[in-house]
Amino acid sequence: MEKPFRRWDLLGIRTLSAAEINGILDTAENFREIDTREIKKVPALRGKTVSNLLFENSTRTRTSFELAAKRLSADAVNISVSSSSVSKGETLLDTALNLDAMQPDCIVVRHSSAGVPHQLARVSKAAIINAGDGANEHPTQALLDAMTIREHKKKIEGLNVAIIGDIIHSRVARSNIHLLTKLGAKVKVAGPGTLVPKDLEHLISQNHLRERVGSATDGEQQNPPGNAGGSGLLTVCGHVEDAIRGADVVMILRIQRERQDSAYFPTLREYAIHYGLTNDRLGLAKKDVIVLHPGPMNRGIEISSEVADSSRSLILDQVKYGVTVRMAVLYLATGGAVVRL
Amino acid sequence: MKLLIANGHLIDPAAPENTGMSVLIEDGKVTAWLRPGEAAPNDAEVFDASGLLVAPGFIDMHVHLREPGQEHKETIASGCAAAVAGGWTSVCPMPNTNPVNDNAAITRYMIEQAERAGLANVFPIGAITKSSDGSELAEMGEMKAAGAVAVSDDGRPVPSAGIMRRAMQYARDFGLPVIDHCEDKSLSSGGVMHEGRVSLLLGLKGMPALAEDIDVVRDILLAKETGTHIHIAHVSTKGAIEAIRRAKNEGIRVTCEVTPHHFTLTDRAVDGTRTSGRNSGETQTDIRVPYDTNTKMAPPLRSEEHLEALLEAIKDGTIDAIATDHAPHHADEKSLEYDRAPFGITGLETAIGLAFNELVHKGVIGLERLVELCSANPAKILGLEGRGTLKPGSIADVTVIDPSLTWTYRNADSRSKSKNSPFDGWTFQGAAVAAFVAGRLAYKR
Repeated sequence: MEKPFRRWDLLGIRTLSAAEINGILDTAENFREIDTREIKKVPALRGKTVSNLLFENSTRTRTSFELAAKRLSADAVNISVSSSSVSKGETLLDTALNLDAMQPDCIVVRHSSAGVPHQLARVSKAAIINAGDGANEHPTQALLDAMTIREHKKKIEGLNVAIIGDIIHSRVARSNIHLLTKLGAKVKVAGPGTLVPKDLEHLISQNHLRERVGSATDGEQQNPPGNAGGSGLLTVCGHVEDAIRGADVVMILRIQRERQDSAYFPTLREYAIHYGLTNDRLGLAKKDVIVLHPGPMNRGIEISSEVADSSRSLILDQVKYGVTVRMAVLYLATGGAVVRL
Repeated sequence: MKLLIANGHLIDPAAPENTGMSVLIEDGKVTAWLRPGEAAPNDAEVFDASGLLVAPGFIDMHVHLREPGQEHKETIASGCAAAVAGGWTSVCPMPNTNPVNDNAAITRYMIEQAERAGLANVFPIGAITKSSDGSELAEMGEMKAAGAVAVSDDGRPVPSAGIMRRAMQYARDFGLPVIDHCEDKSLSSGGVMHEGRVSLLLGLKGMPALAEDIDVVRDILLAKETGTHIHIAHVSTKGAIEAIRRAKNEGIRVTCEVTPHHFTLTDRAVDGTRTSGRNSGETQTDIRVPYDTNTKMAPPLRSEEHLEALLEAIKDGTIDAIATDHAPHHADEKSLEYDRAPFGITGLETAIGLAFNELVHKGVIGLERLVELCSANPAKILGLEGRGTLKPGSIADVTVIDPSLTWTYRNADSRSKSKNSPFDGWTFQGAAVAAFVAGRLAYKR
């Protein structure tokens, strides 16, 4: 479909190049200064409309996008809809077309099903920003994490990043793995065997996969884990300690309590003991390690309060940069040009 | 009333015959074969089949016609129209209608509706258990008497090995093959595509190949123990193929079918990468359209290694039949989130095109084997007397194919009430150009 006003959709990190990612981050750096002003508002997006279409509850992400839009003088509206369009007797297509008829410049969408932003982008005239789709991607979270890391480590390339927890259901983990490896960081993941895909390395080996078209052998089950990633930037560790050892950055993922009921692990207590980030475990990392968590935290489960409240924890910085990064994304999506540092 | 299908190339693997031959039909039955030059009765109507292949009518042993109960998706009449246009003179509708075809009255109703439509033959498949809920056996004997040719709970496979064992013991009394959609739902539930690299990339929940393998192995063991003929529907995994091949070598009564979409597409289609099987150096990549719900079906499109195993099994005879699993769904139902859209795609009108493109033109199989897969074997599996062959005395169901006709399939032109095919816009070489049902022209291109 023709999209006359659209410059840019942000559907995921997977399809972005390192240059595109750096372009967004550089643009965001330029917006940081706005947040420190007494009057935190610039006219960059005056007259533009941003619709936050939320099929999934999320106070934090919604507020962050809303503030980002308002600081750029865009008109922001929040549309909360029940978790599925089906329950209203309306198809996803209807929802998209109805919203589109109101002529927004940009639609920020969050949904519990993977692919919904892609499906909307196919029919909508507005630019689509993915604010989290199922277990697929959460690109602005990865961008704000990258901004936080850049601020404290001055670079991303060559860093050792540990990502700990429920990898398989985590769009945050997925977007971060794409972003960090594209920018040259080494990522190690760990978590319960039930929550870490055994062949996760394939996540960043798409090119390898495409080259395989037409080859008869080399089936997916024959590849020993660890050999197929190609670039070697992504490693699945058997133990949390192995992932944290020597890390510059430790990212802790939120544990969804309902996973316990689905028999992914026996109890939250056992999870905290064997997989939680404690001061002892964090001692294995580099002295100047930083700790990130996408929130909201389960204190005492995936992260101990000692760690969460320590100076190593940058959780509030993440929230702060969340607004900045989203300003940059909205600006670019509605036609702004990348600002180079 | 005499009809001569004249000067075509007859392919009848059950005879066996593969030569230039005219087929004489009288009162719905084949009465004679005439060699080139042999005199034909001059009172016969002539259908000129010069340059065309003449085969016993194709039998699609796995379709969903949605009637009764879901006529907004398909009716028996619209499904049969799509069938004959795709070259299928007989179709076997699965029992997941509403109400479920678990009794003789529904079975009879389906056959009567087909007779009213007057296009393809309809041979219903009855349910294994009442309402296909996996607990009590359905009245298989009565359904058989009403015209059912097999039993299956298709999309709701019997979870209990104990009930399945009894169903197989009982079905044997009536000579009914038991058809199973093999899927251990404790392994696959919540999944929407094949579990593998692509599901990982797309963040969609996977259905592991293991879920199919485990159920196939269970069924084979039950078939061995009960002596009942088990037919594995739409086999899609390497593990299932290996298990079936071993079982056949052991002499266990197991047969299986494959769908055109499983021998054509891999799970990369869900990521919007349009490909066709092996030997296709020219992987066609359209504009990437990921999360197209017309790539969602059960069993799911599998990865390359599984597709390779299917092609090998089509070649070596492990696979007995090609069946479409034609599963019409209304556009409203498919215009949903990938997670929520129903499983299934239409298939009746694209099957021959796909079989030619992916199997015949690529040298996987020859034409005789194609006719065996689409006609002779399904007739044998289902015990359809007088079908699957055109030997004199048999019923005059005939599929006429132009193997060189190049054509493009369009969902908009489909005779099915539903348009949920991922093959919209695909170009094929090879098409059914006419279908005769009991000697009557049911379709002409």
